[in-house]
Amino acid sequence: MTPPGPVGDRFRRFRERLAAEGGDRPPVSDDRPSTASGSTEAGGRTGRRGGRRGGGEELRVPEAEFTSYYGRPVLKGPVWKWDIAAYLFTGGLAAGSSLLAAGGQLTGRPALRRAGRVTALAAVSASAVFLIRDLGRPARFHHMLRVAKPTSPMSMGTWILTAYGPAAGVAAIAEAAGLLPRHGLLGLAGRALPPIGHAAGLLAAGTAPALATYTGVLLADTAVPSWHEAYPELPVIFAGSALASGAGVGLLAAPPAQAGPARRMAVAGAALELYGAHRVETRLGLLSEPYRLGRPGRLLRAGRLLTAGGVAGALLGRRSRVVGALSGTALLAASVLTRFGIFYGGVASARDPRYTVVPQRERVEARRAGMDLPADRAVPPAV
Amino acid sequence: MLPDPNSLYGPLDPAPDAGYENAPPRMGFFTDTSVCIGCKACEVACKEWNGVPESGLDLLGMSYDNTGALTANSWRHVAFIEQPRPAGHGAAPADVLGAPVDADAARPVDGGPQFLGMPGAQPPGRGTGVEERTDFRWLMMSDVCKHCTHAACLDVCPTGSLFRTEFGTVVVQEDICNGCGYCISACPYGVIDQRKDDGRAWKCTLCYDRLGAGMTPACAQACPTESIQYGPLDELRERAAARVATLHERGVPEARLYGHDPNDGVGGDGAFFLLLDEPEVYGLPPDPVVTTRDLPKMWKRAGLAALAMAAATVAAFVGGSS
Repeated sequence: MTPPGPVGDRFRRFRERLAAEGGDRPPVSDDRPSTASGSTEAGGRTGRRGGRRGGGEELRVPEAEFTSYYGRPVLKGPVWKWDIAAYLFTGGLAAGSSLLAAGGQLTGRPALRRAGRVTALAAVSASAVFLIRDLGRPARFHHMLRVAKPTSPMSMGTWILTAYGPAAGVAAIAEAAGLLPRHGLLGLAGRALPPIGHAAGLLAAGTAPALATYTGVLLADTAVPSWHEAYPELPVIFAGSALASGAGVGLLAAPPAQAGPARRMAVAGAALELYGAHRVETRLGLLSEPYRLGRPGRLLRAGRLLTAGGVAGALLGRRSRVVGALSGTALLAASVLTRFGIFYGGVASARDPRYTVVPQRERVEARRAGMDLPADRAVPPAV
Repeated sequence: MLPDPNSLYGPLDPAPDAGYENAPPRMGFFTDTSVCIGCKACEVACKEWNGVPESGLDLLGMSYDNTGALTANSWRHVAFIEQPRPAGHGAAPADVLGAPVDADAARPVDGGPQFLGMPGAQPPGRGTGVEERTDFRWLMMSDVCKHCTHAACLDVCPTGSLFRTEFGTVVVQEDICNGCGYCISACPYGVIDQRKDDGRAWKCTLCYDRLGAGMTPACAQACPTESIQYGPLDELRERAAARVATLHERGVPEARLYGHDPNDGVGGDGAFFLLLDEPEVYGLPPDPVVTTRDLPKMWKRAGLAALAMAAATVAAFVGGSS
C-alpha cells in the first residue's frame, strides 16, 4: 500500500512546479526555448492552443494547435529506466564483438578473436543484469521463458539472448585454454577447448545480428510516438551502432597490423548509424522533434560527433596504436550516447500529449477530407 | 488452424480468435457521458470490489477531477472538463435529458474548452451579479480500459500474463506478471500502469470474477444514472447508435461515439463511449492504432538490418589488404 503523504502535498508540488516554470510550459517538456509563452496550458488548462516555441533554429515543424486534457499526457511514458538504454548498448556491443571475434577466428587474427569473445561475454552478462534489474519483479525473470510469442519482440529477444548468451559464454571460456597446463586432465581440457570455442563462437556470431537488431523492433512495437514511427530506421541505427562498438573493441585491443577489419567495420557501422539517425531526426516531421530538442538532442549530436571523430581517427591513424585506441573509445562512447539519445527521445515523445494528439488529429482530418465530409462536429469522427 | 488474416489488424471477434470454442457473446461497456454526473461512484465501487489500493488523498488543483488519470490504482477515472459556452437566452429544443435549454448553448464553441478558475464553494457567478456571469458547461466522463479487439498490451506481453478471456476482455494475471513494463509502453490509450511499490502492471479486468458468475461489473452496478452500461457488445452498439440519433434530434449535434467502430485502428473497443466533444478534450487519443499492426513490417526491417550487419562484417574481413 502507498503510504499516504501529507494531504495537499501533490497539489503543493503542482503549484510549485508551475511557479518554477513560469506557469506556461508543460511540466515535462524540458528545454523548450524559454521564449515559449502559452505553448501549453497555463496551470494545466484544457484548451485549443497554439504552440509558440521561440525562434530557435530547430523550429522547422510548423506550430501545431491541439487540445489536451489539462496538458496531461495521453500515454503512459515507458516505465523502463536507464538500465534499458544501457542494455541497448551492451546488447549491441556483445553482438558487434561476437561478429568481430568470429571474423578474427576465421581469418587468423587472434587478438581480434580474444578481445571480441571476452568483451561479448562481459557485455552479455551486463545485459542480463540490466534486464533483470529493470523488472518490477526481478525474482520472476524466468517467467519470460513460459512462452515464445512472435507478436512480442521482448519474448523473441529473450529467446535470442537464451541462444546467444551461452554460446558467447563458452566461446569466451575457451579463450582460457592457453592458461591451462599442457599435461594431465587439465591439459586434455586445454586441447578440447579451442574447437568447442570455435563452434560456440560461430553460433554466437550467427545469432548476433538478430540480437543487435531486434531491439529496434522492441522499441518500435510500442505506442510511444517517436519510437513507433521510426520503425524503419531503429534496427538500422542499432545495427550500425553495434558494428561500430564491436569495431571499437577491435581498435582498442588489437595491434594496428591486425586491426584492418575493425577499421572497415567502424566505417560500415558509422555509416549505418549516421544514416539512420539522420533519417529519424528529419523524416518524421513533428515526431522528429524529440530527437532534436533537449537532452536527447544533445546526446544524439554528441554521439554523431564522436562517431565521426572515431571513424576519422581509425582511418587516419592506422599506424598508431594510441590513435587507434582513442578512436575505439570514441566509437564506444558514441554508441552509448546514441542509444541513450534514441531511448530518451522516445520517452520525451510519450510524455508530451502534443506528439500523441497532433499526428492522430491530422490523420482524422485527412480521412474526413478524403471522405469529403465537412469538418463539422455533427459528424461523428471516424475514430 | 491458420490464424485469422485479421489477427493483428481489422475487424475480428477476439475470443474465438484466441482459441475459445463456443465462446459466450463478447461483453463490454458503453459509457454514455451525456448522462454522467461526475459522482465517482464507479471509481469507488471499482476500488471496493477489486481491492485496489488507495491512490492518495489530494487535490490536483485543476478541476473537480482529483484522480487525474487511469493508473495502476485507479481503474476507473472520471474526467471533468469545464468549458465556456456563448451567452444567449433564446428558445431551445431540449438538453440531453429532454429539459428545455438554450439553443446557442447546444452549438459547438469555436474557442474550445478553457479553464475558468478553480471551482469555488459557491456556484460560479453567484457572488458577482448577473452581468459578470458567463455561460459554461461541464463535461464528465468515466474512463476505463478499452478492452481493445486488438490489444497491444496483450500482443507484446512476453510472459503470457495478459490473456484474452472468453468474454473477449483482456485481463492481467498478477501471479504471472513480472513487471517488465512492455504493456505500459504499448497501450495506445495510456491505461495499463505499473504499481510503484509492487512492480507489476495493473488495470481494469472488467470484473472478470463477476462476469463469470453472471453479475454486472462493479462500476456499472454502482452507476446511478446508467451512464455506464454493461452488456453484450452488439447490443450496446445498437443502443449507442440509437442514443446518438436521439441526441442529434434533441439538438445536441456534437454527440458522437468513440471506439465503437470495428474498422478503427484497434478493431473497435470492448468499452466504448458517447462523447460531447473531440476525444482529446477528454484525454483520449483521437485516432489510436494498435502498434502491432506494423509488426510484420518491423520484423522485416530488422531482418534486413541484420543481413546488412552480417554482410558488412564479411566484407570487412575479406575485403581489405590489412
